[in-house]
Amino acid sequence: MSMLALFFGAIFVNNILLARFLGCCPFLGVSSKLETAKGMGIAVIFVTVLAATMTWLAYTFILVPLGLQYLYTLSFILIIAALVQFVEIVLKKVQPGLYKSLGIFLPLITTNCAVLGVAVINMNEKYTFIESVVHALGASAGFLLAIVLMAGIRERIEMSQNMPRCLKGLPIALVTAGLMSIAFMGFSGLIK
Amino acid sequence: MMNPLRLLKNGILTENPTFVLVLGLCPTLAVTSSASNGFGMGLAATAVLMGSNVIISMIRKFIPDEIRIPAFIVVIAGFVTIIQLLISAYAPALDKSLGIFIPLIVVNCIILARAEAFAFKNGVIESLFDGIGMGLGFTFALTFIGSIRELLGNGTVFNFSLTPSFYQPALLVILAPGGFITLGILIALFRNLQLRKEEVSTGFKADFDGWEKLDACDGCALKKYCGGGGLSVPCAKQDKEGDA
Repeated sequence: MSMLALFFGAIFVNNILLARFLGCCPFLGVSSKLETAKGMGIAVIFVTVLAATMTWLAYTFILVPLGLQYLYTLSFILIIAALVQFVEIVLKKVQPGLYKSLGIFLPLITTNCAVLGVAVINMNEKYTFIESVVHALGASAGFLLAIVLMAGIRERIEMSQNMPRCLKGLPIALVTAGLMSIAFMGFSGLIK
Repeated sequence: MMNPLRLLKNGILTENPTFVLVLGLCPTLAVTSSASNGFGMGLAATAVLMGSNVIISMIRKFIPDEIRIPAFIVVIAGFVTIIQLLISAYAPALDKSLGIFIPLIVVNCIILARAEAFAFKNGVIESLFDGIGMGLGFTFALTFIGSIRELLGNGTVFNFSLTPSFYQPALLVILAPGGFITLGILIALFRNLQLRKEEVSTGFKADFDGWEKLDACDGCALKKYCGGGGLSVPCAKQDKEGDA
């Protein structure tokens, strides 16, 4: 039960984009088409879960025994950067089909703060291994949900002809995100 | 050598990282719930930016082009760790309110962008001043947004009460949605000002399509890597080879 609460809490209550503000750059930059947004979201799920696994292992079995916890920022970002490169190379070789659909999004993810953010949250909250993976799954599913919703809305408001010139583009996208965030606040009573 | 004063002005006004380049949105949205949080975050980012700019411009001749991005990340992460330890030792309250966003300075695109676009190509002194200018511009923007949100949402600025007693603070503004909406409106106002200015100087109605320019990472060094703007991600990746 608590796993379910953790999973759905990460999707709806603490949505990584709309409540925690992690990963805003791809959220605003890569949300112009539904198709692209979907691909980006799925790639983020893939990398976030892998990164959460690797960083949890590295933190628990390397940094803590050596008393080097303060180096976590440095080691996490290196692990993520190396992991993304590694996944890209392996996918290209082993699963060309999957690479074709996800590969193009992989390099964008190294500097996505959602991935590093999830790893750091897992560490701060002292989650166990299973909890870390579940939390990573939930958080990245929340990212997918938010970016797909945003892309759907954007495809429609881009049609609008009589919007004030200075609001077009980024400003109205930010205001839309704000309204989505208000809607998501309605979920906050979902999980205690 | 470039004039240090001009470099400072460039960072604070001409190329303000928040309002003009629109870089580093995550911390901008997340930590501006009060003026002092925004100020603290801005100073922390300034310190990292100065340090990383200086070190990167010192060692730029030894870094092979192909691995420059990982090298930048290591330098930046080192400085972030130093700043993080200093903040938690000397300003524990700030450490608590900024929380996860201090380690996330590593992936702040302003710092990587300046490393790539400026420090990798210029000397140590220029890079130092560029770091100070950009950092102060970021600090100024964060403090400004933080002041507005704190004033509307809590009736105070830097914890000084500024509103008459009948004012009922709008709590929404300091919650998450308020961050998005405030920044959206501020950028729209800023853009309006720029467009007006352009119209006055050219005499034509400025031709501007914000949707084409929607590019949260416009000017970011990693745009080519991360396809920023996302209009066509595959193209951005093909560019990667050509650009390096």
